[in-house]
Order: sequence, then structure tokens, then C-alpha cells
Amino acid sequence: MYKYYIRNKTSLFLVAGFVGFTAMSYLLDLKSGKQIFTTRFIPFSREMLFFLPAMFIIIGLVDTWVSKEKVQMLIGEGSSIRGNLLVVLLAVFQAGPLYTAFPITYLLWKKGSSVRNIFLYLGAFSTIKLPLLVFEVTFLGWKFSLIRTLVTLPMIFVVSVIMEKLVRKQNFNVRKA
Amino acid sequence: MIVLIVTFAACAISYVVDKKKTIAGIQAGLKMFLQVLPSVFVLIWLTSTLIYLLPEGVIAHYLGREAGFSGYLLAALFGTIALIPGFIAYPLAGVLLKNGVSIQVIAMFLSTLFMVGVPSIQLEARYYGWRIAITRNLVYLVGAIVTGTFISLMI
Repeated sequence: MYKYYIRNKTSLFLVAGFVGFTAMSYLLDLKSGKQIFTTRFIPFSREMLFFLPAMFIIIGLVDTWVSKEKVQMLIGEGSSIRGNLLVVLLAVFQAGPLYTAFPITYLLWKKGSSVRNIFLYLGAFSTIKLPLLVFEVTFLGWKFSLIRTLVTLPMIFVVSVIMEKLVRKQNFNVRKA
Repeated sequence: MIVLIVTFAACAISYVVDKKKTIAGIQAGLKMFLQVLPSVFVLIWLTSTLIYLLPEGVIAHYLGREAGFSGYLLAALFGTIALIPGFIAYPLAGVLLKNGVSIQVIAMFLSTLFMVGVPSIQLEARYYGWRIAITRNLVYLVGAIVTGTFISLMI
């Protein structure tokens, strides 16, 4: 418990500040504080509080069931372009905000993924969201979606190669958080 | 909803095959979840406040008024500092388009929005360390600006 407090000190203080601010908004009848809480915070956190535990449980299960050798062979250092495609494919079927990708990169890294594939995953995850494609086409048109996808795909590859070169000297590691 | 069903099914199948392994896996997962929970709360709070302070109308107003280069710059700036989930970002982009913001500026806004996340850097740093988290955001920012420019030129 104490260890948990030390590791999350800053965040816990900020959370306490937010709780205090919201409580005060209700006491003093501040419109802004109340609105941030009811119309933004509640719906956003409801979404996340269902989704995040489920995601972490899946990560935990995959961790125990999938062997490192297998993953390493598929997407590890020295894996071919097929490994790159596999990572991109895995990423585009997910549609959470970027920060939900970080724990998944921890899993990939632990199982022996190459540095390039980690950043390729982050790039593809953040930019291409197949489950939200209907949204994109509805609001911005299929031409926009098509061009965006065609431009983005090579770009995330370039970016991940650059990142691979940059972090090589910094002994890259993905921690458990 | 689908996520919950899949998770439940995965747990059930896993449990039938190996009880011990399943419990260990679920425990490890929930532990990781509890570790990041405070940071996630801070993040959601930041996002909520930011979206409250910068509602659709305000963003549309600034992006629509500033044409040309400064419009792109502003779009990239908004996209960089904001962290809006995709299911809100696309309707928002639709509102911007209706309010007269050009599709080129929207392209810039979306690509920076997706690839860079200033509010989530604190969480990112827990996984990769501050140096790499900041490096990644800077490199992806450049990538997003190049992407946004290409999309603008092609559309």
C-alpha cells in the first residue's frame, strides 16, 4: 500500500485536488466545476472504467498463454516485413485513445518485439482505427479517409524507422508502468 | 460492450483449460490496471477540463477565421495539446467542416491529434521513461505535420 502511494504520489495528489475542486464547486455552486464533472468527466471515465480493466485482463491472459519464442519469431529483431504488417494489422483493429496502446507495447516488448515494431504499433494504433472508419467516412467523406490512410501508412513506417535509430543509443526499454 | 464479451469469453475458455494460469493472468492484469489508475484519472480530468475550456464552437471560430498558414499552425497546435478520443474527434471534425473550417485544416488537426498527446506524456513516461516519451512525441509531431501537409495537398 505504501509502495503504491510512493509510485503514484503525484497522480494521487492531482486526483485529490480534482475531487476537492469538484466538491467545492458543488458547495459553492460553481457552474464550471459542476459541468466539467457531469458532462465531461463522468461519461469519459465510465467508458474507460469498463474498457481498461478488460484490456488489462486480456493482456494478463495473453502474457501467460503466449510464448515469447513465438512472438519473437513473428515480430522480433530480424523478423521480416511480414512482422511489420502483422503489427500494423493488430493495431488498426483497435480504437482506443493513444494511452491504451502503451500497456500493449509493454506486452509486445516483453514477448520480444523489435524496437521498430513497437513504434510501428504506436503509429498505426494512433492513426488508423478501423472500428471508427464508419465515423470518419460519415463525417468527412470516403475520399478523405482513403487519402488519409494512404498518406499515413508510409509515414508511420518512416517515423518508426527514425525512432528505432534514435532510441538505439538510449537503451530502450518498456516498463510495466 | 464487445470488449467485455470477448474478455469474459477469453477468461472462461482459459479457465476451463487451466485454472491456475487463468487466475494468475487475471491477477497480473488487474494489478497493472491499479498501477495506472491514478494516472488515467488525472488524464481524464485533464481532457475533461480541456474540452470544457475549448468547446467545439471556440475551436471552429479560431480555425475558421485564421485562413492560410496560421490556420494550419493553429490546427497543429490544437491537435497537439488536445487529447480527444476518436469517437468524439470525428463528429467534432464534422462540426468544424460545417462551420466553414477547410478540410485541409481539419486534416492537420486530426493527424496531430492522433499522433501526439501532450496530456498523456506523464503516462507514456511511466512506460518508456521521460526522454523517450518526449522524443517520441516530437518525432511523431513532425510526422503528423508532414502527413497533414500531404493530405492537404492531395485532397
